[in-house]
Amino acid sequence: MSAAEDGLKRAARWRWWEGALLLALLLSWALLPSHALLLNEIAILALFAVSLDLILGYAGIVSLGHAAFFGFGAYTAALFAKLVMPDPWVGMLAAIGLTAALGAVCSLLILRGTDLTRLMVTLGVASILYELANKLDWLTGGADGLQGVVMGPLLTPFGRFEFDLYGRTAYAYTLFVLIVCLFIGRTLVHSPFGYSLQALRDNRLRTASIGLSVNARLVAVYTVAAAMAGAAGALLAQTSGFASLDVFDFHRSAEVLLVLVIGGTGYLYGGIFGAVVFKLLHDLISAWTPQYWNFWLGIFLVVLVLVGREKLIRPRTWFKRS
Amino acid sequence: MSEVVLETRGLLKRFGGITPTNDVSITVEKGARRALIGPNGAGKTTLINLLTGVLEPTAGTIWLDGADITQLAPHQRVRRGVVRTFQINQLFNALTPLQSLALSVSAQLGIGGQWWKRLGTDPRVAPRCDTLLRQFRLDDVADQQVQHLAYGKRRLLEIATALACEPRVLLLDEPVAGVPEGEREEIFDIINALPAEVSVLLIEHDMDLVFNFASSVTVLVNGAVFAEGSVEAVSNDPRVKAVYLGESLDKSEHG
Repeated sequence: MSAAEDGLKRAARWRWWEGALLLALLLSWALLPSHALLLNEIAILALFAVSLDLILGYAGIVSLGHAAFFGFGAYTAALFAKLVMPDPWVGMLAAIGLTAALGAVCSLLILRGTDLTRLMVTLGVASILYELANKLDWLTGGADGLQGVVMGPLLTPFGRFEFDLYGRTAYAYTLFVLIVCLFIGRTLVHSPFGYSLQALRDNRLRTASIGLSVNARLVAVYTVAAAMAGAAGALLAQTSGFASLDVFDFHRSAEVLLVLVIGGTGYLYGGIFGAVVFKLLHDLISAWTPQYWNFWLGIFLVVLVLVGREKLIRPRTWFKRS
Repeated sequence: MSEVVLETRGLLKRFGGITPTNDVSITVEKGARRALIGPNGAGKTTLINLLTGVLEPTAGTIWLDGADITQLAPHQRVRRGVVRTFQINQLFNALTPLQSLALSVSAQLGIGGQWWKRLGTDPRVAPRCDTLLRQFRLDDVADQQVQHLAYGKRRLLEIATALACEPRVLLLDEPVAGVPEGEREEIFDIINALPAEVSVLLIEHDMDLVFNFASSVTVLVNGAVFAEGSVEAVSNDPRVKAVYLGESLDKSEHG
């Protein structure tokens, strides 16, 4: 085998920790049934963060309004269940399809301008959708949220499963969607298309100069990321049987950015590690001091950024001189 | 007279009150080895930017193989074979040289948008990368991130990336800028070894390299074509000596 062939294969090889992570995800369902609701929340946040990583970590597009797609997916799935049919799979596909279409349209807004304009534009799109969901109360229920969503049972090759109160079915369903999206994401980032995203993040001028269309790639990746965020939102609506304005809220867009700051960008799994750490911190700190959990989260973030993620996860380097 | 590959007709670029390209009409024949020279600020890089579509001309047209490509986007021109290198390295810092070249080769093969297969699955990609890496002596650093490479290696990758695109017209913007004396020859050896049908347009300040490499020369002054012809004719032209060669003998000019 030639050196180049070997080198290219090596970059896409499965790492041991990737397998371990997948195994841990599956085991978490089997071994922690009493925490399924929390795990379900974590997995949804993780998928949402992975979708942001595709545009932020790989293509270098900053966004302060990624909740636009999360929320749109949530409302679409909830409305679909209420108005069309209660089957979760069909609802999921509908939510993904429509959110992808929204992403494709919105991608035209982020092609031009600088990071600052992109921050403003994405923030604006999320605000517009928030207000639309608020004002179209005949459809969305406005500020009260979309009530009366009844999800049908989950039809699988292993039988029919009702969404139960303990979130066992919900978490299995979420895990399945998360893992499918991870596989798609992994295939994508190791492909020529995936490398061209990193290329345009590093140098758009050169990307065009090797014959690749920068705009076509930005549209494509923004659409895919929107679809994944829509899937995450749909999971939330379907597993909770509810959609409220909160899904479009600015804090969701900010939270998912924090998750990526914690977990790291540009290696696909940062969103998962980040979501686990973020949600567990939230859970632990708010159990201990419900009012001041933001204070401690803030301190954690400051320490994380000042010390650096690499150093923080390797305690044996703490006392070494660099 | 062999067939014309690239041609500009009345090309004009204005930035406010400045006209860096002023009514430039040049033709580049198939297999030409053309040098583009001129004092600093003569508009050489602007002309390259116009030819590659980075800049839009204020007036005039650009023709490739008899087709008007003035309106084509930069990446479309590359797909048609107009490829350039940059005076200042433009590289993908987070990728490795191997990945950069594999991506360029994939783009050239028309599979740069493939998302369902691993980079390098196509059997044509790896051998081409191997050849380029060996040619440019990048094989020992093929798997290091570009941002950690030494300047000389990055310069080589800059040229290798362009060659990975299989140019039919290659525009070299000071390819050996900042390259130590000894290694310049090597880069030119590789450029000289390009297939005879590839046309090369070279911007270079080092007159020895220009005279060794080029068969014809275009002299730009203040954005306009000042003189054009064979190396001998241009180098003996007293007007050219006055505006350009005379200056370049001055030590204060680019070394």
